[in-house]
Amino acid sequence: MSSPTSTPGGRKRGRNTNPPTPSSEDPTSPPSQRRRGQDSSTGDLMPMPTSPATDMLSPAAPQDTSLFSSPRPSVQPNEVDMSSPLMYGTPSSRVEGTPRSGVRGTPARQRPDLGSVRKAPQVDLHSDTDGAVASEPNAGQRLVIWGTDVNVGTCKEKFQRFLQRFTDPNSTEDENAGLDLNEPLYMQKLEEISVVGDPVLNVNCRHVQSFDAELYRQLICYPQEVIPTFDMAVNELFFERFPDSILEYQIQVRPYNALKTRNMRSLNPEDIDQLITISGMVIRTSQLIPEMQEGFFQCQVCAYSTRVEVDRGRIAEPAVCRNCNNTHSLALVHNRSVFSDKQMIKVQESPEDMPAGQTPHTTVVYAHNDLVDKVQPGDRVNITVVSAEYFLKLVLGTHPNSLSTVCVGIYRAVPMRVNPRQNNVKSVYKTHIDAIHFRKTDEKRLHGLDEEAEQKLFTEDRVQTLKELAAKPDVYERLSSALAPSIYEHEDIKKGILLQLFGGTRKDFSQTGRGNFRAEVNILLCGDPGTSKSQLLQYVYNLVPRGQYTSGKGSSAVGLTAYVMKDPETRQLVLQTGALVLSDNGICCIDEFDKMSDNTRSVLHEVMEQQTLSIAKAGIICQLNARTAVLAAANPVESQWNPKKTTIENIQLPHTLLSRFDLIFLMLDPQDEAYDRRLAHHLVSLYYQSEEQMEEEFLDMAVLKDYIAYARTYISPRLSEEASQALIEAYVDMRKIGSGRGMVSAYPRQLESLIRLAEAHAKVRFSEKVESIDVEEAKRLHREALKQSATDPRTGFVDISILTTGMSATARKRKEEVAQALKKLIQAKGKTPAMKYQQLLDDLRGQSETAITKELFDEALRALADEDYLTVTGKTVRLLA
Amino acid sequence: MPSTQDWINDPLAVVEEMFAASQNNSNSGWETKAVEFFQDQLKERDTHTLVPSLNDVPLHYLKPNSLVKFRCLIQDMFDPEFYMGVYETVDPSTKTKVRMLRCGKYKDVTECGVDFNSRNTVTAERQTFYCVPIPGENPWVKEISSSCLTEARVVPSTSYAPSRQKRSYEEDDDMDTQPQKQREPHAGMKIPSEHHGNGDCKRQETEAPSSQTASASHLDLNFPLPGEKGPSCLVKVYEDWDRFKLNDTLEVYGILSVSPALSALADEKDASSSLLDPAESMETAEEQRVHSPPASLVPRLHMLHAKPLPHNNPLLPSAALEDNSAFLSSTLSEMASVREEILSYFTHVLLGDALAAEYLILHLISNVYSRRDVLPLGKFTLNLSGCPTVASYTERFYQIIQQLVPSSHYLAMSLQNMNQMRLVPKKDYVANRLVSGALQLARNTSLFLDETQLEQGQLDTTGVRNVTALGNLISWQKVDYDFNYHQMEFPCNINVLIASEGRSLLPSDCQIHLQPQVAPSHLEESLSSIHMHPQASSQLNKFRIYLSMARLLDYSISDEVTKSVEDDFVDMRKDDPQSISAEDLHRMLVVARLLSLSLGQTSLSRDSWLRAKHIEMLRRSRMEQHKCVNGNEP
Repeated sequence: MSSPTSTPGGRKRGRNTNPPTPSSEDPTSPPSQRRRGQDSSTGDLMPMPTSPATDMLSPAAPQDTSLFSSPRPSVQPNEVDMSSPLMYGTPSSRVEGTPRSGVRGTPARQRPDLGSVRKAPQVDLHSDTDGAVASEPNAGQRLVIWGTDVNVGTCKEKFQRFLQRFTDPNSTEDENAGLDLNEPLYMQKLEEISVVGDPVLNVNCRHVQSFDAELYRQLICYPQEVIPTFDMAVNELFFERFPDSILEYQIQVRPYNALKTRNMRSLNPEDIDQLITISGMVIRTSQLIPEMQEGFFQCQVCAYSTRVEVDRGRIAEPAVCRNCNNTHSLALVHNRSVFSDKQMIKVQESPEDMPAGQTPHTTVVYAHNDLVDKVQPGDRVNITVVSAEYFLKLVLGTHPNSLSTVCVGIYRAVPMRVNPRQNNVKSVYKTHIDAIHFRKTDEKRLHGLDEEAEQKLFTEDRVQTLKELAAKPDVYERLSSALAPSIYEHEDIKKGILLQLFGGTRKDFSQTGRGNFRAEVNILLCGDPGTSKSQLLQYVYNLVPRGQYTSGKGSSAVGLTAYVMKDPETRQLVLQTGALVLSDNGICCIDEFDKMSDNTRSVLHEVMEQQTLSIAKAGIICQLNARTAVLAAANPVESQWNPKKTTIENIQLPHTLLSRFDLIFLMLDPQDEAYDRRLAHHLVSLYYQSEEQMEEEFLDMAVLKDYIAYARTYISPRLSEEASQALIEAYVDMRKIGSGRGMVSAYPRQLESLIRLAEAHAKVRFSEKVESIDVEEAKRLHREALKQSATDPRTGFVDISILTTGMSATARKRKEEVAQALKKLIQAKGKTPAMKYQQLLDDLRGQSETAITKELFDEALRALADEDYLTVTGKTVRLLA
Repeated sequence: MPSTQDWINDPLAVVEEMFAASQNNSNSGWETKAVEFFQDQLKERDTHTLVPSLNDVPLHYLKPNSLVKFRCLIQDMFDPEFYMGVYETVDPSTKTKVRMLRCGKYKDVTECGVDFNSRNTVTAERQTFYCVPIPGENPWVKEISSSCLTEARVVPSTSYAPSRQKRSYEEDDDMDTQPQKQREPHAGMKIPSEHHGNGDCKRQETEAPSSQTASASHLDLNFPLPGEKGPSCLVKVYEDWDRFKLNDTLEVYGILSVSPALSALADEKDASSSLLDPAESMETAEEQRVHSPPASLVPRLHMLHAKPLPHNNPLLPSAALEDNSAFLSSTLSEMASVREEILSYFTHVLLGDALAAEYLILHLISNVYSRRDVLPLGKFTLNLSGCPTVASYTERFYQIIQQLVPSSHYLAMSLQNMNQMRLVPKKDYVANRLVSGALQLARNTSLFLDETQLEQGQLDTTGVRNVTALGNLISWQKVDYDFNYHQMEFPCNINVLIASEGRSLLPSDCQIHLQPQVAPSHLEESLSSIHMHPQASSQLNKFRIYLSMARLLDYSISDEVTKSVEDDFVDMRKDDPQSISAEDLHRMLVVARLLSLSLGQTSLSRDSWLRAKHIEMLRRSRMEQHKCVNGNEP
């Protein structure tokens, strides 16, 4: 195994050095001597190298030079010994001849993220043949950094050219918002830096790749060498351009979006010391760790001071003062030492990247300097902001960047420490990743998805398949039959759920004061027990990435909404969100809806129309988004559905809540022979057909998932003129049906439902326009659902008021009639101030030609009491006035 | 070719030899060769019985760096780790340039004088699994499997001379610490050990490790079930670890590593040392403790070969059934007669209720054989209602089951248990491990839920969550592991039997109300007589084989029978649509399947279908009578 990238042992050699800065101002000591000296003095992992003085290979080297650190007045670089066959140099020592006036004034900042940047020797390859070399000032020889094929000069030049020339006319990244896309992109960014003063240049590796593939390869393979070179190049360019600008420290380049995106699971030894992008979810962050970068030592005897750079986490205390030659006289002065911020972050594989049946892997990531505290685990207080958005992305598909964090870093492996008492070493490395760049996915959400994400979300092939599928005329039927294939028939219900999965188009009317319009379709399934309602719910829950499944029996109001608890560690109050908030942008499946307590159900009112949740608890007052579609299942009160009763009477749910469901389906046994036969066949085949046979018949669940994700992300249909007309007509028709019989069969809510359903149907077709066929289907489905649930059992007509007021219009009319009859009866009796209840009932029964139930009689009495006509006390009815 | 003793006693030598041979020619693929060598060796007749088992032999009798086997369940998967696959050593004493390439595979600790800067170092990757003995494995399984291995034990324990007095003292100790429940119910059940074993010495040996681990209980070994004992193990996997899943049961053959250096490193970490070492601050103390526990308690096992276990019944041949046609045909022919015996035995246990006994058999051989989207097929959760609450009937009943199935667990659904127990495994991010729960069970474990223990009272949040988890387990055969920021669904295959007085509050596939044929006055008496029933161990073994076998058989339905089943269904619906729903048909299909299998028939016959229909009808008519037993009906 000769590749140095896979031999961490070998690489250690280079780390043992010098200012870990890409600074261009410390070319003081001849790097050649420095290099050699340390090379041999730290041959093994002795915890404390006694002193560089033991060095035998570089007798001429002044011992202290390597211990000096960067921000020192620049000395004229020593003559590089060009005659030596092996020429050594560091990236920083090779910048002669470039104007550096501005650079000089700005302190460089250490880059612990790159580790102690090794100042590896450059090796002369004697390869004069390479044409690229000719452009170098000190031509004739091709110098590369030891162990790599990186030539500093060429690399720098290439990168500068990249910065100056690269344009990305088609960019849609939000970082580039407000930039002129036809101008060199990164020059504009540099300009931004000069104005804003934030000396960080984020470079998209994709751009580098498209500009210069070779440079990109070097960046990926040798980030520790190439990134400092980039830094140098940028700074030169920047100060050349903006000589007057003042920065806190020198610009640092942060590459991101390295193509070599790694699933955490597929990290392997070959990735060590390479630039990789991994994505995952932050599960834990440590406190800030001040890490000493440079120790400041002062001699107690002569006050001579010296600085020692950190080397592999250790500061080698100088044993002898070089000024007065006293031994052990140097003491560390803490507040003159240099520290950098460091934070340990644990990143866990995201759930959908994992193969089934395995546990997620975790990786340790170190963040340095200003990357510290950029990410938070689940972000407890703002859980809706970070965590919710994180899940939101998942709805849109499995995109490698779709996790709360994407971090670009160098993968490291450090051998376990040697036990000084033993010669054996535990042969296991500890691995960690040094973060160079974090990218929170939810930040991107501010501007919606970018192009890049689209490409990653679905490969071209996939999009093609999906589009082909969408072009089929029967796509709607296909998809609906692919939904829960193990559940038999119930075609309309499946279609309804399919539309729910797609959802309507989100509209924002907040400017006109109405706020957001609900785009989610809510569905209630009710019916006999054992009609696989739960199974449907379970299926939907498994299909949707952000689904939540709760049972009405087991959930409380807090479990659904949010609760405040005290964090055991920090003693802070934190908000923990419940199922409804967690399913923001997903579907919340609530089983046994009828068994839910009234208290719990009441929180649903706000969620199901306004799509928000207001919380006022323990000093936390906030409104959380809960843009969730609700799929609920309810059993009838009498365990069997009573066809003689209305929906309300059967499931005993408040009509205020019922009216918030767009579709209410009854799942009843159809009870006919042909159906039974098909059902039996379906079930039996379920038990004996092999897995493969079944799969052939139906669409793959994965395709369905992708299809839904794609449509939800990219398709937002708008109503066409024709469709709006159709909708208006439909609505007017619905109102007309009722008005003929003195009933109202539609309310504006129903119109909204129709619009949502039509939009969802358009999404199924991947159409950007809602057309009349969509409206037709919405109407049909809506009518089907109404027919099933809002049919007045007494008249057989569809009566929407059953759902909106809890009582059918006929029933209400009947109640009034009875009340009037009763009033007449009492008036006919003349001036009797009090009557017996039972007698009155009997009289009324005798008089009326229709049957008067006791309930009806009671209701009539109550109606009259409301009119202040009479009062009922026990078994006596008294007249008032 | 090395002799048997060599590759068992010193497998590393074999590996080293192959490694050395490969140095001359690269691309020799010595790694696959080494693995194949061990696999071939183990395939040979009965060689695997020569390998000592970590389950039976106490750790301190095993020779370090020898080949051992371990029957276990993957409880947790740690992060992959990088190790030095090949490294170079320099002799530290001479400082000369005598360089040696060494192989780091299958080892935890390197040899002296590693040259870290060598360019020949190869970093390789391996995965660590945290494995525990199969949870709920019943004592008879342990005894039989250890008795099969008597000859194997002699080999490794060279330093072990059984000192009779000392051992027996420990045994007494051990018996005292053992919880009452774990004790064997009565003397009759101990017969198998005498039957197979060869004397006292062996028994003492097997019990030694339990007392050993009990003393070290301060270290939480993370067993799924409380009161479990036995060694847990860190298994290092070198080849395609993706094929293993959490909760898989395996028989791992690997090289035992108990180097004290591993513990020494851990101790030293605790002693603080420098804060600046980047490697140090990466792990918390808890994580250290969990991921590198002392090797004397949690040995490391470097996997050479692993055999997934379709069952853990030691009475069945370990080879796949198809390969063992002789065994298959002999047992198949016997199945019907064994069924009769077991039926009469169960009838006796269930106080003379033959129908309930029938259903109990079906339940015990049920198995989730496939999943159709979210729907698990083949599960058959039985709710045995009407259990007498006197004379701790349910506990005795469980003990009977315990004697028959390889692994089982008794979960008393008392209020306290429900409110306090951890049923669902939860990820502990501080220690970076999956904290196990009682529902992390191997496939085909019998979970006995005793609802008669439930009293009135309030379930708190944990209680509600636990009941929900049990409900999910029964309905969907899955457990949602709690990963704090999200949940992750792990499918499982657990046979749940609920014993309750009235209808259970948990869902079930099938409920049967117990009808004791014994007068209430004689109940107590007959209850106590059940367990006195002398069961010869051969009889018991026959039952054990029967139950495990029936579960492993294949099953099919011919088109012809399919047609008649469909017709039947349509006819039944025609007469009375209320009488049978789709759900009933689901259940009847499962009953028919299990009934056929219980008779040793691998395809559904018309007779079995009718019989299934018949017993379902009997059961339903009995349900009608008990409809008003409690108010739990919807």
